[in-house]
Amino acid sequence: MQWTSWSAFWDMGGAGPFVWGSYAVTAVLVALELFFVLRRRKETVRRLSRLRRVVPSAIEPGGAVKERIE
Amino acid sequence: MMNGTETETEDGTKRSRSLLRFAAPQVFYPIAGRLAPWFAWLAAGLCVAGLWIGFFVAPTDFQQGEVYRVIFIHVPAAWMSMFIYLIMAFWAAVGLVMNTRLSFMMAQALAPTGAMFCFVSLWTGALWGRPTWGTYWVWDARLTSQLLLLFLYLGFIALTQAIEDSRRSDRAGAIIALVGAVNVPIIYFSVQWWNTLHQGASVSLTRAPSMASTMLVGMLLMALAAWAYTFAVSFWRVRSLILERERHTEWVAAELDEQEARA
Repeated sequence: MQWTSWSAFWDMGGAGPFVWGSYAVTAVLVALELFFVLRRRKETVRRLSRLRRVVPSAIEPGGAVKERIE
Repeated sequence: MMNGTETETEDGTKRSRSLLRFAAPQVFYPIAGRLAPWFAWLAAGLCVAGLWIGFFVAPTDFQQGEVYRVIFIHVPAAWMSMFIYLIMAFWAAVGLVMNTRLSFMMAQALAPTGAMFCFVSLWTGALWGRPTWGTYWVWDARLTSQLLLLFLYLGFIALTQAIEDSRRSDRAGAIIALVGAVNVPIIYFSVQWWNTLHQGASVSLTRAPSMASTMLVGMLLMALAAWAYTFAVSFWRVRSLILERERHTEWVAAELDEQEARA
């Protein structure tokens, strides 16, 4: 163990802002990416389900072909 | 090439024995869904272990003091940003040659994660540079080529999203991915080819690493965590892409019904 106290740990030998600034931004970005990826999943399912109810021709089998012909 | 298109149109009952059957979005979708949570938990576990070793086991660096502990995210993030770009380029090439739609979707699912790691490597590098070099940024070969990598990622994302027609956007993205891949060896070897402020590689396959073994173990655990995280996030993302692109198929209709029933 390198640390004599918690304050020494947070201080990081005087480099605290640089070390914790690195870790904090990385943690926030990872959390944001996870949030957006999981939200996108939910939104995709919801949007496609609604699309299927509202304009079945745009999504049902054969719908894509029909779109192209029209 | 024929084989590739055949397996894609097959329904679940008539599966080809070749590896190419995994190239069918319908086959890959449930596999990705099942694997992603495992990779996510694996990433979390490796990250906790890596950080524990990084902060509580690895010794103080005799030259840099404590600030070197940025290494446990800086190096894995930088590695990952380069790996992901190469994997994107690989999928782009496979997509162009074999005409497999899933390859292009995989490339697009990886790009945001690659961009994230690329930004993290630049950000942590800047915060590490300030106390050790006295500057946040310098236009040296390593830093500049890494910044270019970030722009390549952003260019790829912007281009593939700007083009409506998926066939055209796949191809346009694939060209950026392939051309931009030239930059990756430039980043990697920049510290040897040019006289840079950035230090040389601390870890290489041919030499003994120039760092304490506990530092190395912490860094490698974090690198593995980054790999597992990338698998998890890109699998989740590709599932949304698959649903989007295959929305006119029977199996997506069935999947949507199932999801609605569950909700």
